[in-house]
Amino acid sequence: MRGLNRRTSAAITAIVILAIIIAIYLGGSLLPDSALKADFSQKALKPSVDHIFGTDYLGRDMFVRTIKGLSLSLTVGAIASCISALIALVIGTTAALGKGLIDHAINWFIDVFMSVPHTVLLILIAMVLDRGATGVLIGIALTHWCQLARIVRAEVLQVRSQQFVLASRKFGKSPFWIAKEHIFPHVIPQFFVGLILMFPHAIMHESGLTFLGFGLPPEQPAIGIILSEAMSYISSGAWWLAFFPGLSLVILVLLIDKLGSTVRYLLEPREAQM
Amino acid sequence: MKALEVKNLSISFNRYQKGLKKKDLKVISNLNISLYEGQILAIAGSSGSGKSLLAHAILGILPKNAKVEGTMLWYGEPLTLSLQKKLRGKELALVPQSITYLDPIKRVGKQISEDQSKVTAVLKRYDLSEKIKRLYPFELSGGMARRVLLATAVAGNAKVIIADEPTPGLSKELAETAMSHFRELADQGAAVLLITHDLDLALRYADRIAVFYAGTTVEIAKASDFEREELLRHPYSRALWNAMPQNNFKSTPGVQPYAGSIESGCVFAPRCNLKTLECTQTTPPMRILRDGEVCCYHAT
Amino acid sequence: MLLEVKNIKFSHDGKTPLIKGISFCIEAGERVALVGPSGCGKSTLAQIIAGYIKPHGGKILFDGAPLPDRGYCPIQLIYQHPEKAINPRWRLGKTLREAWDPDESLLKDLGIEKAWLDRYPSELSGGELQRFCIARALAPQTRLIIADEISTMLDVITQAQVWEVLLKVTQERGIGIIAITHSEDLAKRVCTRVINFEDLNNR
Repeated sequence: MRGLNRRTSAAITAIVILAIIIAIYLGGSLLPDSALKADFSQKALKPSVDHIFGTDYLGRDMFVRTIKGLSLSLTVGAIASCISALIALVIGTTAALGKGLIDHAINWFIDVFMSVPHTVLLILIAMVLDRGATGVLIGIALTHWCQLARIVRAEVLQVRSQQFVLASRKFGKSPFWIAKEHIFPHVIPQFFVGLILMFPHAIMHESGLTFLGFGLPPEQPAIGIILSEAMSYISSGAWWLAFFPGLSLVILVLLIDKLGSTVRYLLEPREAQM
Repeated sequence: MKALEVKNLSISFNRYQKGLKKKDLKVISNLNISLYEGQILAIAGSSGSGKSLLAHAILGILPKNAKVEGTMLWYGEPLTLSLQKKLRGKELALVPQSITYLDPIKRVGKQISEDQSKVTAVLKRYDLSEKIKRLYPFELSGGMARRVLLATAVAGNAKVIIADEPTPGLSKELAETAMSHFRELADQGAAVLLITHDLDLALRYADRIAVFYAGTTVEIAKASDFEREELLRHPYSRALWNAMPQNNFKSTPGVQPYAGSIESGCVFAPRCNLKTLECTQTTPPMRILRDGEVCCYHAT
Repeated sequence: MLLEVKNIKFSHDGKTPLIKGISFCIEAGERVALVGPSGCGKSTLAQIIAGYIKPHGGKILFDGAPLPDRGYCPIQLIYQHPEKAINPRWRLGKTLREAWDPDESLLKDLGIEKAWLDRYPSELSGGELQRFCIARALAPQTRLIIADEISTMLDVITQAQVWEVLLKVTQERGIGIIAITHSEDLAKRVCTRVINFEDLNNR
């Protein structure tokens, strides 16, 4: 990246990662289900040119299964993150804009909520909602808003006390106008970054829940299902059944995390002018 | 005795403009000043015009993305990075704007000087009690903080002292006290560079004034020259004189341009009523006129 | 009587009183200088008068009535540091028009160039930003301006420019001025009367 300044290379990094993520998602949704057909003649093959991730015990191509699984994780993760982020936005803003009592009450509630191990809570919610995609989605959405809510609250409180916001009131502007024109634009960058950084959590939790059997049903080619099936075959030496899907999941999560931190770097107005 | 000389100094920063491009932003261009032992030279210009960067350049503590051109001489010798490092904090001292320049987790006594006997001496000189030694920077009041910063510079037996905006936020009495301390230091042989936006204060305590405009010095005059308009040389200095509330309180139209935004010619030409073609084409060099220096083709 | 400050009391921490009962009045069109040492409470009093802080005792009456809680406030406060009074994420054109739509001649008088309207605050100097703050505060509904050390950080010429315009506009419209400054020369030039904060505070 010689000759490119840090900002440009950061922008390129972000675009590349985004392209990869979109490619995975599209690949998974566009690949026909026929690619997942069982073919017993191709049973349990090691990775090769024809099947780069190998095949499983039903002869299904592992690469196709992995891509489809990642695509599914992305979908569930994205929807759950968006819902969770919205909850965070509402709660955070209410806490920051409400009178002292409301702020105290919400802070107390967040503290209590965060003291419960969220994986346990997640499993409980998923079970109550009878598992499946809905269960996982709602479970994740309801347990991940806390940190982002705190960030939103802090940002809103900080802007609210600035002189230019206080002066705005004296110019006759309504609180609604001030929220729309002053507060909202200030909060959005951090909110957006927080939203992106929620994805990896959501995806990992979805996979974890599915792996444990509390998530997506076995008919769906989710990574969690793939991994839990692979566990039973590990002793027979079919290492590729767990290795590639697991590695792909980790790489996907790391890529999204990198995207989040790159976007944060690009959006920070107070960054060093280097 | 000339302690420090700055010749044709230009400082520019490599910064991001909107979006992804980087551009060089010039802050100081072709600045010339000389510091003499026993004298206070004040650089007067508005806040945020880049004068503090001059202090940082002399000390060698500019940020990494700064580009420096020109020469600086310390008692006739070139002021290189290694020489700056050697002199910093000892013979070349900075009295900074605020206590944020001090280490917030180190007690004040240790920061004034390693040598404890020097610390005691210098605290006594500025009427600070011994108890100050055990305090942390954030526990100091405004006036105390000022004196501690001064003590830090003095404890090193500095020959050249740079005071960067030492008076904002101080009451009138404290500001006068601070300035009298600098006067005392100069009288004892140090060369003092005072960077300030308060022209009144500068005129009362400095020996010479360097008039700062658009990133450069356009005139170096004796402080007493500001008593009458005719004694000043550069049209901008005269405009300054006219604008002072105690004189005519009359403004000159136009706005001070950014350093480097005037491509060629004199930086004041766009606002000057004496300008000729020559003024817009070539930058007038600094010349000696009536016991002072000026950058103007028409000054008499 | 334009402004009545009646027995204002205030303390930052609830224990040590800062403002111990200050009263004074200002007529329409008067220009009053409020002088006093640094840290004595002038800026706090300015914020109380402009309605930013609620006093712990006493009241402020404007035209005989308390200051309105909403709508354009007829008392406008201009601060010493314009960077803090401007939203760094807005273009300056938007900041200028937040309160009202200033006419061309006012902008020209204040030296605000058209090119600046598209820029962001970080691209301009303090002196240039202060011109925007002043233009913004001069809406037709303004009846009193509190200038809290507005030209302290500016160079002498910008200070003269800015006060020339302020004096012209306030005289045209009969707007009152409370100028907080530590420069006696400026106070003498600009104001018709001088109030000493400490005299009022230590009755």
